[in-house]
Amino acid sequence: MKEAGVIRKKRNVNKMGYVFIIPFVVTFLVFSVYPVFRTLYLSFTDFKGFKTPNFVGTENYVRVLSDKFFWRALGNTVRIWSLNIVLQLGIAFLLTIVFSDIKYRLKGLGFFRAVFYLPNIIAATSVAFLFRTLLDWRYGSINQILASVGINAATPVNWLGSSSVAPYVISVIGAWMWFGNSFILLMAGVQGIPSDYFEAAAIDGAGRWKVFRKITIPLLKPILLYVGITSLIGGLQMFDLPFLISGGTAGNPSGKLQTVIMYLYKFGFEVGTHQVGYAAAIAYTLFAIILVISVVQYRLMREKEN
Amino acid sequence: MELRIKKTILYLLLSVLALTCVLPFVLMMVNSTRSGLEIMTSFSFIPGKSVKENWETVFGYFNLIRGFGNSIMVAVPATILTAYFSAITAYALAIYHFRGGKVLFFVIVVFMMIPGQLSLLGFYNLIAKLKLIDSYIPLIIPAIASPGIVFFLRQYLISVLSKSLLEAARIDGAGELHIFHRIVFPIMLPGVATMSIGAFIGNWNSYLVPLILLNSPEKFTLPVMIASLNSSTDITSNQGAIYLAVAISVIPILVVFAFCSKYIISSISAGAVKE
Repeated sequence: MKEAGVIRKKRNVNKMGYVFIIPFVVTFLVFSVYPVFRTLYLSFTDFKGFKTPNFVGTENYVRVLSDKFFWRALGNTVRIWSLNIVLQLGIAFLLTIVFSDIKYRLKGLGFFRAVFYLPNIIAATSVAFLFRTLLDWRYGSINQILASVGINAATPVNWLGSSSVAPYVISVIGAWMWFGNSFILLMAGVQGIPSDYFEAAAIDGAGRWKVFRKITIPLLKPILLYVGITSLIGGLQMFDLPFLISGGTAGNPSGKLQTVIMYLYKFGFEVGTHQVGYAAAIAYTLFAIILVISVVQYRLMREKEN
Repeated sequence: MELRIKKTILYLLLSVLALTCVLPFVLMMVNSTRSGLEIMTSFSFIPGKSVKENWETVFGYFNLIRGFGNSIMVAVPATILTAYFSAITAYALAIYHFRGGKVLFFVIVVFMMIPGQLSLLGFYNLIAKLKLIDSYIPLIIPAIASPGIVFFLRQYLISVLSKSLLEAARIDGAGELHIFHRIVFPIMLPGVATMSIGAFIGNWNSYLVPLILLNSPEKFTLPVMIASLNSSTDITSNQGAIYLAVAISVIPILVVFAFCSKYIISSISAGAVKE
């Protein structure tokens, strides 16, 4: 009799779980789940932002795939992202090697980590305006500093106005913003490796390079994969920085800074070019591309393991 | 001896890298005190005397204090909602056994990986139908559901909370909500605080969503206001004023970071190890 009472009480207690999750579930369904499916629905319609949407089948997707401006925007995004990821992960990796080396035992990890992370917490709008002003080719501080030490004094580089330089300037600013984050993630991964591994290797007389190749990299693989995939998802969705630095969705100079999301924004939200259905198809096409690359990336990492 | 030289070189290189992280902010601070003409003719690390003029130029164009207030009105309630509702949802998912709990957890993990652009157009469409364009409600209320933070706090709670504590409280006759508020929430506070700092910075810096939802300039949050500098030609001719406007938007975040950098960094590290 007593036992039954306890069981009944427990069942009542578990029912409270439903009560506690109600606010989350309702908000989640309305503002997260519904919009994702609504976007999917809109991508099959001719919705222009007003009037009722008409179903048009896969027309928008056919148009995306044959739209040379979409592919140009994707090319621009990949161009900006690839130099960005090489720099960002490269610097983070070097820092991780240096700080995890048991021979050096460098001090000040906490301080450097904080300083390196600093650019991450500043709003992209502020970073964009800061660099737009610093990199102004006639009056910006960067060219003034370069000229004062005798570099390019006669022919200052037009950092943001030259279509061959500007995309890479965005990559470098992005790397400057995000390398600290990658470094913290990689460092957390290294600190998770039991120190006996390194000590055992040191006793066996393994060189630094060998320890790095045989212990550090294999054990860091899950985190590297995580950093790689998240930076890919973030990188292909790049918007704030190129949008604000180039000053609009056209992505000037010569459209070289127009990323996929800027192109989407042009159709989704800009007055005069409203084609919401088409913008939605761009969103899902980009998602499909991200998904495919992530799966390939995951498979490649797995295969190397075997 | 050789090791010492190598170490010195490494410290030197690290310091140079640290300097490049700080230099743009230093130039920003210095230039915000100089006049447009001074900035155009040469650079300098010595502050000028034109803060007042720059301040007047900035405020002649828009009211940054108002933007500041607007950002607080959005970021503070959104952060509080995220903290409280993520905690209670994480608690329910970690402790109670109920039908659908596992499914919900799976859906949360899936949505953590879905890129934001997939919901953007549908979200705008929904807000337009609800006639909530140009209102703060769609910037604040959705903060109740933050899948990533629920995920983190659930894992955190499983590692810090002992179930015997809950049993003891139940035997004493405490109600479930009371147990959550008085016993569980204080225990998970370090994790909640860490996540809240990150959520606050994210809300404070958010640009794209407020940009598409807000129309009236007097409702603009700080990032949207700063970005509207674009369209003004008279302010772009005075660089000092731009630097000052950017500095005003950056300083609160620098202050938060100065006090909380430890928590912020530990939260990123924790996220990495959990993945």
